[in-house]
Amino acid sequence: MVSFSIRRPFATWGARLVVAALFVSACGGSSGSTTNTASAPGITATQITIGSHQPLTGAAAPGYSEISKASDAYFQWVNAHGGVYGRTIKYMYEDDGYNPATTSTVVHQLVLQDKVFAIFNGLGTPTHTAVVDYLNTQKVPDLFVASGCDCWNQPTKWPYTSGWQPDYIIEGKVTGKYVNDTYSGMKVGYLYQDDDFGQGGVTGLDTQIPAASVVDKQKYVPTNINLGPQIAHLQAAGAQVVVLYTIPAFTALTLLTAAQLHFNPKWVVSSVGADPTTLAGLVSTFSKGAAGASLLNGIVTSGYLPATGDTSSPWITLFKQIHDQYISSLPFDGNVVYGMAVGYSFVQLMKKAGQNPTRQGVINTLQSGQLDQGPGIVPLGYSSTSHLGYLGVQMATIQNGAAQFMGSIYTATSDPTNATVTACSTCASKPMPTNGIP
Amino acid sequence: MLGVGFLLVAALVVWAIDPFDPFLVYQLSSVCYFAIGAAGLTVLTGLNGQLSLGHGALMGIGAYTTAVVLKAHTDLNPALVMGTATLVTAVASIIVGAAAARLRGPYLAGATLGLAVGLPGVAVRFSNIFGGDAGTSIPALVPPDALSSIAPEVWLTWIGLIPTVITFVLLANLVRTRYGRDFRAIREDEVASALNGIRVARTQVLAFVLSGACAGLAGSLLGYTSNLAAPGSFPLTLSLLLLAAVVIGGLGTLPGAVWGALVVVFVPSWISSLNDTVHLPSAVRDQLPLALFGAVFVVAMLAFPHGIQGGVVRLWQFRASRRRPGAQEQAADL
Repeated sequence: MVSFSIRRPFATWGARLVVAALFVSACGGSSGSTTNTASAPGITATQITIGSHQPLTGAAAPGYSEISKASDAYFQWVNAHGGVYGRTIKYMYEDDGYNPATTSTVVHQLVLQDKVFAIFNGLGTPTHTAVVDYLNTQKVPDLFVASGCDCWNQPTKWPYTSGWQPDYIIEGKVTGKYVNDTYSGMKVGYLYQDDDFGQGGVTGLDTQIPAASVVDKQKYVPTNINLGPQIAHLQAAGAQVVVLYTIPAFTALTLLTAAQLHFNPKWVVSSVGADPTTLAGLVSTFSKGAAGASLLNGIVTSGYLPATGDTSSPWITLFKQIHDQYISSLPFDGNVVYGMAVGYSFVQLMKKAGQNPTRQGVINTLQSGQLDQGPGIVPLGYSSTSHLGYLGVQMATIQNGAAQFMGSIYTATSDPTNATVTACSTCASKPMPTNGIP
Repeated sequence: MLGVGFLLVAALVVWAIDPFDPFLVYQLSSVCYFAIGAAGLTVLTGLNGQLSLGHGALMGIGAYTTAVVLKAHTDLNPALVMGTATLVTAVASIIVGAAAARLRGPYLAGATLGLAVGLPGVAVRFSNIFGGDAGTSIPALVPPDALSSIAPEVWLTWIGLIPTVITFVLLANLVRTRYGRDFRAIREDEVASALNGIRVARTQVLAFVLSGACAGLAGSLLGYTSNLAAPGSFPLTLSLLLLAAVVIGGLGTLPGAVWGALVVVFVPSWISSLNDTVHLPSAVRDQLPLALFGAVFVVAMLAFPHGIQGGVVRLWQFRASRRRPGAQEQAADL
């Protein structure tokens, strides 16, 4: 499987020829009727090749392994409807098992051997940290990282990298405001994962909830599945509201452990760990069928994409249709909606970048702020000084296995010293273009 | 000497393929760290008879030392950094080795298994030093300005080959000295060794420290290759993969460590490339590479019970015996 690529000098000449061709075509002054050229690595006249690293096996795979398949399904849908300027999108997502050393290998393979145009939606904070420097020194667009770490928003240090989902601090702020407004005077406890996800969430929560109200802060590491001590500690501290910054498996474990201890606080859960379909499955599996979706009733969470059960949303109707056509063996859950929505953002970016885009050109387009939020209910934050994606969330409650949005949509910044949370009355999903293709 | 020969061939290969496939060159840097790690483990397990399931964690110590040193001194010479990582891991190995020398067989395996499971947790516990779950970045090796035409992955592989060659030369010589003979004597019979004046416990600790130093160096190189030291890079499966590399290559032989490293680096990537070309249901597609990788190991062990190096030696002897009857009596113990 050794592929012999063109020697460097030829590649350089090739690049010069392309530049010359572009120059000639630009001088020709033909507007709108130029032909497709191989304008950048990974872009040919007929195809755009992009790559990603995803946990398809291992501990992080359940749930998250659906995201790349959903994006791929959306790309196949776009390809079947004419592609992007006639080019089809080829999406190569490789398994890294959530191991950063493997991430490094597969990303080198995608860049050096498969010659992808960009790395798209690479999943995970530790995994992506291993490749972010490499991608930026090689000037490979590193688009829409699938992690809510605010670290991806450093346009000066990493000009080619951008986030997409609201970062954990933003979500934490809006969640904290809700807790403070709704459960004023009640005792609040936290349980969070001891990494950038949990710590970012707590940073956001702390900007809103007075320290005097917080009676207990417990943390966990995902390698230890016994949450008994933490839950008992929260119970002993008398917490009436417990905010969870937990991944889905640990949300399920928390709910089951608390039920065993007859501990029934008001649960508020980060959107990362509260997809109702995923949770219902986990709760049922972990309890060997003894508990089910009813355990989730009343959980407060948040979101920035339309809820999977919202049949009034044309986006959800379309995503369900694409799901049924291409990936019907997967559950239709929040991960699938996420994968298709981020796919939409990519297709829109490539369309706005013009017929024969370069790598730098795509980044310039991203920074020009031309992307709209598509299915998302809050605006995107891309500009020349910010590589932040969605800027806010809306709170929701889970009833009968589905999330229902409630109250206002809020936006916030990821600056931990700025406690401002702003209600956004005009925020909503954009009207869906024909066939859901930007 | 065969090990050194192998590496010279490998260096020649790098030089020859340099302009063609940069990813292949990058993979060779992974071969380097796996080869160093496997060489250390093969001395411990193959020659001295101590089974360690914790060498992945020792590699973690090497990688974290690299990250912490480079955080304080960004431009420190890689030779110094790798030397420090080797030394720190060797010191840590003294503690583990001292405990290990009192344990036998499954008990030793269990104790080192604990190391593999527990050590990544230390990085999470002391997240202010080690960066917690997200880990600590290690800046990429870049060629000096005078050699700036060299691609970074080619430079990385060159830098990786140097400690690899040094390690193999040292180990190849060491196993022929008194220490090497002591290692083997203890593996065969501890009581007889003691009666012959070998200080069993001290020699076992020495073997463990030597092997741990190799793991530390390998971990440092892994850090440079993946630009990160994070708990997720050193799971239990890394320790098992090292052991698998040692066994499939040929237990107790240095060329076997190179064979094993080649297998664990190239076979998964070939399988996944193959997997991308066929269209399978996603549930099958995701799990197939792991299943095939396992199957390759099972088939290889059935075909070569003494590992790849055992197979190569046997093939060589078979050819020699056809020319010169009686040559297969000369069993090669490397």
